Amino acid sequence: MTIFKHEIKQMRTALLIWGIAVGLMILVSMIIYPEMVGNTADMFENMGVFTQAFGLDKLDINSVTGYYGMQSGSILALGGTFFASLIGISMLSKEESAKTAEFLLTHPISRQQVVIEKIYAIFFAIILFNLLCLLFSLISFAIINEMNNVVWSSFWLFHLAQCIMHIQIASLCFGISAIIKRGGIGIGIGFTMLMYFLNLICNISERVRFLKYITPFQYAEPSHIISKSSIDSNLIIVGVIYATIGIVVAFWYYDRKDIT
Amino acid sequence: MKVIETRKLTKYYGKNKGIIDVDLSINEGDIYGFIGPNGAGKSTTIRILLGLISPDSGEAMVLGKDCRKYKNEILADIGYMPSEAMFYSKMRVHEILKFSAKLQKKDCTLEAQKLCERLLLDTKKKVEDLSLGNRKKVSIVCALQHKPKLYILDEPTSGLDPLIQKEFFSILMERHREGATILISSHVLSEIQRYCNSAAIIRDGKVIVSDSVEMMSKSSIRRITLHGVSIAPSIEGVLDVLNQENMPSFLFHGDMQKLISALHGLPISDMTVSEPDIEETFMHFYAKGGL
Repeated sequence: MTIFKHEIKQMRTALLIWGIAVGLMILVSMIIYPEMVGNTADMFENMGVFTQAFGLDKLDINSVTGYYGMQSGSILALGGTFFASLIGISMLSKEESAKTAEFLLTHPISRQQVVIEKIYAIFFAIILFNLLCLLFSLISFAIINEMNNVVWSSFWLFHLAQCIMHIQIASLCFGISAIIKRGGIGIGIGFTMLMYFLNLICNISERVRFLKYITPFQYAEPSHIISKSSIDSNLIIVGVIYATIGIVVAFWYYDRKDIT
Repeated sequence: MKVIETRKLTKYYGKNKGIIDVDLSINEGDIYGFIGPNGAGKSTTIRILLGLISPDSGEAMVLGKDCRKYKNEILADIGYMPSEAMFYSKMRVHEILKFSAKLQKKDCTLEAQKLCERLLLDTKKKVEDLSLGNRKKVSIVCALQHKPKLYILDEPTSGLDPLIQKEFFSILMERHREGATILISSHVLSEIQRYCNSAAIIRDGKVIVSDSVEMMSKSSIRRITLHGVSIAPSIEGVLDVLNQENMPSFLFHGDMQKLISALHGLPISDMTVSEPDIEETFMHFYAKGGL
């Protein structure tokens, strides 16, 4: 696990910065909950198509769980997927752009092993990132003294779905990372933004409901999970299939790639 | 035993040629020079041997094994030094050396320490703060610390000061005496002449000559200097003409009888015929149309 440890060391600062930044944003947005409760529902329920797009028509924003879903539905979903796409898209391509591939791949380690250890590092970083955010969420509930009012089953399911979504986005970007030679940050962020936009459109119109099979933001949507206290397992399966395709592409392509 | 053997090794980059039908044969214990201008195909050949790129056709055997099928086994016995020494910028030198040793699955602490002392390498520095020469030193230690059987060194001395170059070759010669085989890709012909027993010259992706360094120096090419005339004869085989005042000098690679006929009747007061030095020979092979 030499490469795994090496990668974790390399990304520890970024992981801490992203985890603390997103966690703090969740914490700050939750601290103002007691002031917002009662005043916010009317405001968010009357934003027309935006209410639907952000799933606010299905959330009880006056409840702490509903309010949490609204806030972290944006903060954790976007912050987490941006972090996931950045580490995924650069994980293999950075070796070529920084010209370290020649150093790494002339050691007696197979490219499959490199890919395995790097994807493990991505999974590990994403899980740590989610745990860090989870910790800030729990602290925020404790600060506002709402621990007893949280619907924990919805809370845990929401975080599980978010973690799976982050892994899916990272895995797809990892597949792209094996193909490109350098950079790719624009591709990673662009891909994530596209998925987020498709989710908003999917929330607004019934005509494009098929988009739920494309964007992972659908199965991680807090309005669905918190209102029903369940996850759409079919969409999760589709997401896992996409993630697997990303990883298989990385294995297949990177093993055959010319490192010039 | 052949340590490196390639047969008709060919690689194209799209429509651009990389190498064509490259045949190399390097024996155990050789110090082999691989010479050629930039873009001639040296690095492409080396990258195929290391499994970084796949050839379009041909075979490459390293340490008696197919370099694609047995890549990991082969790499465990190779110490490679790339022409551009690039490492993870945030890491310190000792972390890079340890990382490389771990990837080799060997404890190289003692050997790394010895090499760092000999090469005057500060292991506490961050890679991003190192000069080109110091990055090269890191690269040398990474290539040597696990004591491999085969060293593949691509432009190893560029950026190193003369004292460190001397120490580096001294270490290499020690390893050679211990039985290692060394392939040096270099532009520095004096290095090849001094340290290598055999060499190959590659130009435009093709190996144009491979022989012992001694034989290469003793080719049929001669440097001829004429006194008393102002221009060199313009016949086939006249190369690299240096027109000094009343003393033209040129390399001649052709039929000596034709040259004598061409010189007949000219007001030549003196004439010297000498074996060119190895640098001149190599430059002749380098030049387009030479050979």
